[in-house]
Amino acid sequence: MLKKTIATLALGITLFSGPLLAADYQIDQKGQHAFINFKISHLGYSWLYGTFKDFSGTFSYDEKNPDASSVQVSIQTASVDTNHAERDKHLRSDDFLNVSEFPTATFESTSAKTTGDDSADITGNLTLNGVTKPVVIKATLVGEGADPWGGYRAGFSGSTSFKLKDFNIKKDLGPASQEVELTLSVEGVRQ
Amino acid sequence: MHWRNSPNAYGLLSIVLHWLVAVCVFGMFGLGLWMVDLDYYSSWYQTAPDLHKSIGLSLLAVMLLRLLWRKLSPPPLPLASHDQRTRRASKAAHWLLYAGLFALMLSGYLISTADGRAISVFGLFAVPASLTSIPDQEDVAGVIHEWLAWALVILAGLHALAALKHHFIDRDVTLLRMLGRSER
Repeated sequence: MLKKTIATLALGITLFSGPLLAADYQIDQKGQHAFINFKISHLGYSWLYGTFKDFSGTFSYDEKNPDASSVQVSIQTASVDTNHAERDKHLRSDDFLNVSEFPTATFESTSAKTTGDDSADITGNLTLNGVTKPVVIKATLVGEGADPWGGYRAGFSGSTSFKLKDFNIKKDLGPASQEVELTLSVEGVRQ
Repeated sequence: MHWRNSPNAYGLLSIVLHWLVAVCVFGMFGLGLWMVDLDYYSSWYQTAPDLHKSIGLSLLAVMLLRLLWRKLSPPPLPLASHDQRTRRASKAAHWLLYAGLFALMLSGYLISTADGRAISVFGLFAVPASLTSIPDQEDVAGVIHEWLAWALVILAGLHALAALKHHFIDRDVTLLRMLGRSER
């Protein structure tokens, strides 16, 4: 009897403690409450914005243990859209994203470190154009809670910047346009 | 030389149209290859594609005029010295050049208008978009445009070689007829 109680208790502790307590979220692409955008300077005179329309991902997050958070995102690079067909065609070519050879870009977090009440640095590997490099996404929790339809949601926004050259992107857009800022603004539905 | 074609000679209009299209086809091929590799800071980066599109759409008008003119004033008859095989081959080559050129111009138009943008022709007027819902339109049309361009210049090159063969080996008036003469 005692043994059984201890076993049950042990199982309970295992199930409801530590990282296992973190909830898993599916990025809400179905309802399109998730955006992966980028911006890059045009000649140093303005910002050019673009988005990836097709991606999927998951994250796990627990407000009691935010440093155990993790995120995985997979982006179909051919879905790049800057609201200009000729430019998008050029972006898909081997001058930029080389989508026929590298159709998928991914981000897999390796660690997370809180930097404030609602902010964290998420370190991980970004794979883009066949090149994998570590990047740090500065993320903030936008909000979380029950939704009106019986589910539970949490949303984050995070950005990172990197040089196009670091990911072997060939085209040189000039001195003001060496770096691109990638922003993930995603809402997850708790599974 | 007459304006109109006759049973054994090309008229002025057909000759001018032929050589105009010839210059455009090879010129546009070079322009197209060159413009896609321009440096972003090149002063031609925007003007070269604008020129390519403007010439392309003007060429479409010229080709429609050519087709119409064929109806109104049919080209001269094949030379009596040309055997059946030569006649069939040249007829097939001519219609392939026409078909290839129309498909090439259409595919180019579908790249630039894929997002609903119109194409400005020399800044004078705009040709609106029409088909915009083909999946991955600008990419599919782009691949077709590139392959067709290569196929067409190769075919046009063979067409030119065949004319030179008729001139220098068969020593007939095939090439001279397109230069406005009907006998050697």
